[in-house]
Amino acid sequence: MNVQLPTGRELFEPKRPGSQDIAWCPGCGNFGIRNILITALAELGLKPNQVAIISGIGQAAKMPHYINANGYHTLHGRAIPIATGVKASNPELTVIAEGGDGDMYAEGGNHLLHAIRRNPDITVLIHDNQVYGLTKGQASPTTMKGMKTPTQPWGVFEEPFNPVALGIALDASFVARTFMGYFKESVEIIKKAIQHKGLAIVDILHPCVSFNKVNTYAWYREHTYWMDDHDPYDREAAFKRALESDPLPLGIFYIHEKPTFEEMVPAYRKDKTPLWKREPKLGLVKKFFEEKKL
Amino acid sequence: MTKFKGDVSIVLGGAAGQGIQTVEEILTHALKKSGYHVYANKEYMSRIRGGINTTEIRVSSKRVRAFVKRIDILVPFKQGVLSWVKDRLGENTVVLGEKENIEEEFLGNVNLVEVPLTKMAMEVGSQLYLNTTAAGLIVGLFHGDFKAVEEYLKKRFGSKGENVVKKNIEAAKKGYELGVKLCEDGTIKVEVERDERVKEEVLLTGTEAVGIGAFAGGMNFLSFYPMSPSTGVSTFAAQHAEEFEIVVEQVEDEISAINMAIGAWYAGARAMVSTSGGGFALMSEAISLAGMAENPVVVHLAQRPGPATGLPTRTMQGDLNLVLYSGHGDFPRIILAPGSLEEAFYLTAEAFNLADKYQVPVIILTDQYFVDTYYNLPAPDVEKVKFERHIVEAKPGYRRYELTEDGISPRAVAGYGEDVVIANGNEHDEWGDITEDAELTVKMQEKRAVRKLETIKKNAPLPKLIGRENAKYLVIAWGSTLHVVEEALEKLGREDVALLHFSWVYPLNPKVREFFEGKVLIDVENNITGQFAELLKKEFGVEVHHRILKYDGRPFSVEEVLEGLKEVIE
Repeated sequence: MNVQLPTGRELFEPKRPGSQDIAWCPGCGNFGIRNILITALAELGLKPNQVAIISGIGQAAKMPHYINANGYHTLHGRAIPIATGVKASNPELTVIAEGGDGDMYAEGGNHLLHAIRRNPDITVLIHDNQVYGLTKGQASPTTMKGMKTPTQPWGVFEEPFNPVALGIALDASFVARTFMGYFKESVEIIKKAIQHKGLAIVDILHPCVSFNKVNTYAWYREHTYWMDDHDPYDREAAFKRALESDPLPLGIFYIHEKPTFEEMVPAYRKDKTPLWKREPKLGLVKKFFEEKKL
Repeated sequence: MTKFKGDVSIVLGGAAGQGIQTVEEILTHALKKSGYHVYANKEYMSRIRGGINTTEIRVSSKRVRAFVKRIDILVPFKQGVLSWVKDRLGENTVVLGEKENIEEEFLGNVNLVEVPLTKMAMEVGSQLYLNTTAAGLIVGLFHGDFKAVEEYLKKRFGSKGENVVKKNIEAAKKGYELGVKLCEDGTIKVEVERDERVKEEVLLTGTEAVGIGAFAGGMNFLSFYPMSPSTGVSTFAAQHAEEFEIVVEQVEDEISAINMAIGAWYAGARAMVSTSGGGFALMSEAISLAGMAENPVVVHLAQRPGPATGLPTRTMQGDLNLVLYSGHGDFPRIILAPGSLEEAFYLTAEAFNLADKYQVPVIILTDQYFVDTYYNLPAPDVEKVKFERHIVEAKPGYRRYELTEDGISPRAVAGYGEDVVIANGNEHDEWGDITEDAELTVKMQEKRAVRKLETIKKNAPLPKLIGRENAKYLVIAWGSTLHVVEEALEKLGREDVALLHFSWVYPLNPKVREFFEGKVLIDVENNITGQFAELLKKEFGVEVHHRILKYDGRPFSVEEVLEGLKEVIE
């Protein structure tokens, strides 16, 4: 039986010539994430020109080329500040920052910390395959201890980065984790993340079929479970869950509704117009000079 | 009796935290309002309290805009000031102040006019009024308009309550009366003519000129990380953010600052970052992204001496090479360096049109000397500022990087039009998707680094020639040294010497070469290698004949430029 696709999904299928040559390895988890994201956007009834996907560098960051939506493929680690600038300039856009675990947790780690403090209304999707794929298999911040790689031949001895615990510790607005192998559940989580007002972080576990021989599709299924009885508004409970390492809990860990960056900046207090439609306030410039005569 | 005529240079010196800046503000405002042309500039140490900071205020009967080494009247607020400025003291310098603030070695060999500033302040109630008393004293020497002092004090201290205003006025009045008395009893004689028109002029700093210029250019987004001497512009923007309804955010680092601005431009905002050389060094990665993605961005860079932390509170024109070559790969950029406050206003406003039109990084180079300079000027004509929007609608089939004759692709912004906008820091096809195609790579490289650059060059304005076209000697200057060189040339008084000042620094219009033909070229720069002279060599094969360079972290004085010119000309 064919799965009935929601209406509007085809809108996000790109027809540009360059979009047809997909750079991901056969079997890569990124394909699944692409499907999940397109489905979520379509189910939310969004149009391609209302969405902006800002990515960093890496295989995950190639997403804007394989989706029909506004997109900006930027630099390693820089998707979050760029996405913040996009959202703050046009709050009408649905803004998604996308990248891998190296992109968001290593090179862009500082930006993630401060984005949590700033709380722009953007959704941060991290393709977390626990390895550097595009540069051929070095350890990433989330690689498990003991894994041997070409550049860690003795096995990784650093503590893996725990993005979920970090997000909750910094009182992030929305923190979730999913495994892309669970399609329907992932679509729901990403829809909620996009709909959430404020910074939403979704750590998306996915296998790297070429370079991570430990964390395979089967491994993720065996080492994860869904939190069915968890209250995401309970920060302490969320933090406890975030510290569990095997099996890894999946679902929405934490939600804290609070004002967003765009709501706090003076730009939109009286006027909701996106910045690109605005003109210089020359009357105020003249007034400034009048006052400088005194 | 010491007599000063036409143009007086007053220097006040004290420790950081002693309120030298307050005196500077009261004086410049009150004297301007009294009809005197004023100029002020400060130099300060990189510390919050202590050390020695000085402010120079020139009061003149004609327009005055440049730093002079000469000190006519020195007001020391602590010991150590005289030693700090000793090479600026002349036979006629009058030291106005208290004996205990003068080092022993100077007692007896300077013209000391003792004024009991502390005692006078204490009579009002506290030593805190010392600055106001001193400001009043100086205004008194000029028989300035005391009402203007009162008005300014009301404005300045109004929020602190009536009593504070009253006490300050009382302190100023005491100083003022003493100043008038010093003139009347013939101790000091000051003859500076007033010019009624000055009262209607505005008093600005370089920081304000850049800041208000940005607003006039439609800046509606500013992200920054604080760094001297650029922070003033960010502070200015933040303090006007509500009124102008803009986004201002202090972010985690300079990398974030410029990337946010890049994102803002992608979504159609007019964004700027304000930084110094060290901050810009961190931004070079994003400058390269802006080059590849053809993403507009405006950067204000207030230079200070490097490398690394260098001299954090001092001045230099040492970052031209940094902005010329920052970022990897080949792509164009525009570098502007205002010489006057008017230029800072108009050029900063124009920077946003240029970034929008050419889709390149536009860098406004100032420096500590420039941003901290005050003077009076006729209010810039706001009507002259043109707002040019270069945004198109993303119609079906829109290609962000469409190959065009002049190298400029129509730029749509996300959310405007039916189609989508794909921007990319990787090499890309016309739609914005990644490509590794050799032929397309060649076309895109040529589009950015050749065709677009040629288009900008062709439209680049020419430098300003001050003096005769057929002068034998041509002095070359850029950015903040404009007025110092101009005044030095006036003092030199030779018709065979002209000045060519560049406020559009890069890329240069090919016609610029014609200015140099058959001339003896003298380059004046506030750096050690003559970075702009090297650029001229690279661009035009022109070798300057003489270089007058200064690189001690201090600005050129009129006297130094004059001496330098005399050495090479005579």
